[in-house]
Amino acid sequence: MSTKLKLIGLSSVASVLALSAAAQNPVSLTIVSWGGAYTASQQRAYHAPFMELNPHVTIANDDGSANALAGLRAQAQAGNVTWDLVDMLPSDAQLACDEGIILQIDHDAMLAPAPDGTPASEDFLPGSLGECFIPQIVYSTVLTFRPGAFPADAQPASIADLFDVENFPGRRALQDRPGTNLEWALYADGVDPDDIYEVLATPEGVDRAFAKLDTIKDHIIFWTEGAQAPQLLADGEVAFATGYNGRMFDAIEVEGMDAEIIWDGQVVEWDGWVVPADGPNVDLVMEYLYWATDTQRLADQAKFISFGPARASSAGVVGQHADLGIDMAPHMPTNPDNYFAPIVLDNDFWADYGDELRERFANWMLQ
Amino acid sequence: MAMADATAQTGSATDSRGRLLTSDGTPLRRALERANRRRKLTAFALVSPLLAFILIFFAFPILQMMWRSVDNPQIVNALPRTLDELRDWDGRAVPPERVFVALHADIMDDLERPRREQRIGPLGVRLNYELSAARSAISRTARDVPNFEAPFREAFTDAHRLWGQPELWRVIQREGRPLTLSYYIAALDREYDEFGNIVKRDENRRIYVSLFGRTLALRLVITGMTFLLGFPIAYYLSSLPMRYANLLMIAVLLPFWTSLLVRTSAWIVLLQQQGVINNTLVGLGVIDDAGRFSLIYNQTGTIIAMTHILLPFMVLPLYSVMRTIPPSYVRAAKSLGATPWTAFRRVYFPQTLPGIGAGGVLVFIISIGYYITPALVGGQSGRMISNEIARHIQQSLNWGLAAALGSMLLVGVLVLYWLYNRLVGADSLKLG
Repeated sequence: MSTKLKLIGLSSVASVLALSAAAQNPVSLTIVSWGGAYTASQQRAYHAPFMELNPHVTIANDDGSANALAGLRAQAQAGNVTWDLVDMLPSDAQLACDEGIILQIDHDAMLAPAPDGTPASEDFLPGSLGECFIPQIVYSTVLTFRPGAFPADAQPASIADLFDVENFPGRRALQDRPGTNLEWALYADGVDPDDIYEVLATPEGVDRAFAKLDTIKDHIIFWTEGAQAPQLLADGEVAFATGYNGRMFDAIEVEGMDAEIIWDGQVVEWDGWVVPADGPNVDLVMEYLYWATDTQRLADQAKFISFGPARASSAGVVGQHADLGIDMAPHMPTNPDNYFAPIVLDNDFWADYGDELRERFANWMLQ
Repeated sequence: MAMADATAQTGSATDSRGRLLTSDGTPLRRALERANRRRKLTAFALVSPLLAFILIFFAFPILQMMWRSVDNPQIVNALPRTLDELRDWDGRAVPPERVFVALHADIMDDLERPRREQRIGPLGVRLNYELSAARSAISRTARDVPNFEAPFREAFTDAHRLWGQPELWRVIQREGRPLTLSYYIAALDREYDEFGNIVKRDENRRIYVSLFGRTLALRLVITGMTFLLGFPIAYYLSSLPMRYANLLMIAVLLPFWTSLLVRTSAWIVLLQQQGVINNTLVGLGVIDDAGRFSLIYNQTGTIIAMTHILLPFMVLPLYSVMRTIPPSYVRAAKSLGATPWTAFRRVYFPQTLPGIGAGGVLVFIISIGYYITPALVGGQSGRMISNEIARHIQQSLNWGLAAALGSMLLVGVLVLYWLYNRLVGADSLKLG
């Protein structure tokens, strides 16, 4: 009797298992991103809801984006691709695309149209879609300052003030790479934001930028890791710091740091997805991408971090911060109040002149 | 005959040539050799896992790194016909039409390959190391090439200005071979001029030579600091009874067991201008608010943080050597009339030299590989060559140059070790 019951029990368990296995085998996706608040925002806006819709999928986060191109190359060379989806910058994506180690994207076939039917290729912000690259967000590198470091009636308000050590004394924390720093040096020296890369492509323009940087050289502390910049501000080590607007938002609004963002001259760039060629679950990844880059999902991410969605149709759907309840629109880099003098990062320029300028910059730091 | 009988009775024998035989008739010498060989084989089998491990995970990657520093397949693979046509080009004016015809054919060939195997992408990246904007010359042209019509020379020069400049062609001609020295030339702050001579780079692009020099100087200072701090500690520890010594040894080892990043962050908290040390000094009135010391984000920061991190590597060998020095030697010296200083200088100190040598070599060599700590606390003046290598591996992705810098560093360390061996003798190293 008891044996019979056991048998029935076992067989029914087995049949249930067999049924569910036939329906959907459990799959694990490895998604590579930047870690910290950024990965957390993706987890809440994309990964968690996707796993809810598809219970057989588990998503594992890997914080490897800082070295994404090196990782993609190494995996392709070893013939062992373990990453399913990678979050990276468009400049690196273009290099990986040229090398054929990530998949080309047919934008209108692989991405969702806007709710009003506008095809994806027209809905994403102009110039943001790449051959192999699907943008998610617009982020910017901004100048931030500590109001307490200056008298209340003489607060800095522009990039030019960063280079004015007489009226705005105090140390400045800048990133230890030429990008952004050279653009700002020229901008502060009076070059129109639209002409910056044209000037920087000439030897005279480069000299001019370094001459401008010389004027503040003794007041600079260089940072390497993104988290250092807000930390230096919070500790009172510096009066100004450059940093990514999302991290600065987090430090100011969430952590309560006493600092203000200067939107003048913000250096704007995209960030988004690429799909490694020969990845283990390409079909499922494509399904995920179609869903996770639609209008609503991109707008959802802005509930958790202050990066602008890369679709035009998402702008109207951006609401309030999920935890703080504050309106997110004023904190978006693309908000018209903030977008008055943007410098749009020119990836082609940096791909061509990056090696040379990085050497020059390293030499300048050594002097 | 009688003698042969006698030996047969005792169980051994000699063969016709008079060699000793074992009981089963094989010559004794061969039997011994066989037994010896078996023992050697067993010993070898025991060490072979370690040997294989070292070969696969240590020797092979190093050789691969050195290979990468001269490996140069990109141009040869992508432009075989063009290189053929360029062979007797004099490097002065823009090459003739037949070179452009070959270039067109090479690119058309490449566009037919499956995407993963296309050689145009790596070609552009490779050329850009030598000449800025060469990458976009390749990638932008490649997109238009299928629409090109003869004469190709005009078509190419219209598509990108660099095709009309002999400079790009000189790079293609010069680097169009499977092996190159250009990464080493760049790593020595040199480049080719238009006549193919190796000359120094523009002053504002020289980095690596001065960085190598600074790395060496900083490392010597750090090694010296660990010695100055570590010697008294080790001496004190060795003079204590064992149980107290072990307790204090834990204090020395504690930083060893703490994460590198935690230790480095702790130094930031202590040393920064609004940090604990400066605040205390200002609070005590030793310095005023404007005169706060810059203890971090410069060489001082790197030296302090790295000395702390590497101190155990100096203390441990010193301690193990000092433990073995009998205290009676110093007592004997004193009883023979030496002052304490003379006894220390002429009797005690010379016996600690093996420990100093071992600690010094350890600290010096280990400090080469550190790049996270200098990056976080070194600011602009406290960076080392390892930071540049890390940058080329992770960000600029110029692995050839990173490999050349790494190989030079490796050779430099081997030379220093050889010198040490010549001057002091590596067999005098004592690690414990």
